[in-house]
Order: sequence, then structure tokens, then C-alpha cells
Amino acid sequence: MYRAKVLIKRRPSILDPQGKAVEIGAKHLGLTNIKNTRIGKYIEFDVDIADKTEAEKEVSNYCHKLLANPIMEDYEFTLSEWTQSENEEK
Amino acid sequence: MRKPKFGVVVFPGSNCDHDAFYALHKVLDYDVNFLWHKNTDLKESDVVILPGGFSYGDYLRTGAIARFSPIMNSVVDFANNGGYVLGICNGFQILLEAGLLPGALLQNISLKFICKDVYLSIENYESNFTKGIKDKTALNLPIAHGDGNYFTDENTLKEMEENNQIILRYASKDGKVSNEFNPNGSIKNIAGIINKNGNVLGMMPHPERSCNPVLAKTDGSLIFNALVNNILN
Repeated sequence: MYRAKVLIKRRPSILDPQGKAVEIGAKHLGLTNIKNTRIGKYIEFDVDIADKTEAEKEVSNYCHKLLANPIMEDYEFTLSEWTQSENEEK
Repeated sequence: MRKPKFGVVVFPGSNCDHDAFYALHKVLDYDVNFLWHKNTDLKESDVVILPGGFSYGDYLRTGAIARFSPIMNSVVDFANNGGYVLGICNGFQILLEAGLLPGALLQNISLKFICKDVYLSIENYESNFTKGIKDKTALNLPIAHGDGNYFTDENTLKEMEENNQIILRYASKDGKVSNEFNPNGSIKNIAGIINKNGNVLGMMPHPERSCNPVLAKTDGSLIFNALVNNILN
């Protein structure tokens, strides 16, 4: 079993109005050095497959077909061996 | 002429399904069935409507989960065999996620949910959704959405323009298309598009909310009546 951590970002060519609005908040806080805020999504889940290549395929499929919309988003992910300690809270 | 049959899909979170039923059945006197998202039977519909709302809470992205509903397999087959499908607002978002129409709908550039009446220029009078609409410089319809900012890449946009797939653009009362009348940041003021075969229309404005003369505005009925006249006569 693997733990997958997926990062979904808006493609660079696509404006992120939410990031812009949040950056206005930064200015109000006096954080004038903050630039180019972009907001994405972070998703975690477990993959119950023993073979790492197969697990990667499964995650790619999930990302490409559902978690991200390739028209407007890019995704990247990491897979790590599932450990008890990391998942203790469950 | 026989009465046309409409099917209105009901997803968890649809909230314009009853508006569509009311407009099509009570006002326009067509036959209408609700189509439950867990079923696959389209009940011999001539036209399938994907209504507005917040299917599956708009979780992940608008329309992203609704497209995997069992009914959508039937809707995709129906559309690919030439069946007429109209997606309104959230229905448009679902059609994009299902790949029946090109592009994506992003969050409004203002970040605000916009609920107001707009004017729309009809860009293609040859489609079965618009053919026969006369004496209209611009349609007056309401919009009500947070994610209506249409986006597609340049090549797709060019192809859509060449094939006359852009049906509606946000415009002035006189039908003039300019940035000033763009409520949500949509590329080229796009408010509604059809697929290449011309049997699937997705639009952000709500024609079903503008059918009853009691409510003073009836431009929405022009689209429904045009479609019925064009496909059944």
C-alpha cells in the first residue's frame, strides 16, 4: 500500500482571481513583499496496490480523469510506502 | 405535430430542475419527465435537459462528479447518436466535464456570484436551437452563477469560430458585443456553445426562468420553441 500526495495547480497561462484577491489581503496585512499568489489543491489518499509502477498508473488515471481538469489544471504527485505512524490519527 | 418529450435530469443538488419542468410543461405545454441520476432510462425523450444547480455540491470542480452518474452514460450515448441535449448553467458545466463540449468554466473573474439579467447576441441563426428566432437584436435572459467564466485554448476557439459553434455572446441591448457587457470574464464574451454536430447546446443563462408571460419576460421560450419546431417539423 502507498500513500499518495497530489498537488493540483492552475495552469500558468490561466488567471487565478482567487490568488489575486488573497494577495490584496496580504497587502492589507502590510506584507508588501508577497507576489504572484496562486491557489491550488492538495489531496491525499491511499492506494492499495503492492507494485509501485501499477500504483503510479492508478494515481495518474485518478488525477487525469477526475481530480484535475487538464484543460485548466496541471498535477503532480508523490507516492510513499504506507506507514502506521504517518496515519496514526486514523 | 406530436407533442415533443423533454427529459429533465435530476442530480443531487440540482435546483433548477423544477423550474425547467414548470416552464416546459405548465407554460409551454410540452410533455416532460424527470430523469433520476441513478437510472439509465431516458424515457424516450426527444430532448434531454441538464438543469442548473450545484450537483454534488460542486465538490472538486463544478460538474466533475455529476458526469459519472449512471444517467450520464445514457446521455452521452444519446448525444453521440444525434439526440438533442441542452445544458443550462450547472448543466453546461457537466457537458464540459463529460467531454460533450470543448473548454472549461472557471470562477467568475470578479470572484462574485452574479445574479442578474443580461443581453445576449445570437451569433448563429442556423442552429436547431436558434433557427426561426426573428426580430430579436438580443435575447434578454437571467444569469445566476459563480463559475461562468468560459475558457478554451486558442486552437479550439479558432475551430469553434470556423464551425459557427459559438451561439450566444454577452452583449448590449442592441446586440453589440464588447468587453463592457462581459459579466464574468468569459473569453470572447462566450455565453453559449454547440458541439460540431449541432445537437448539444451548453449555455450559462437560464432560458427556463424566462418563459412565463406573467413574469414579463419570455425570451427563454424562443429557444425551446425554436428547437421543437426545428426538430419535429
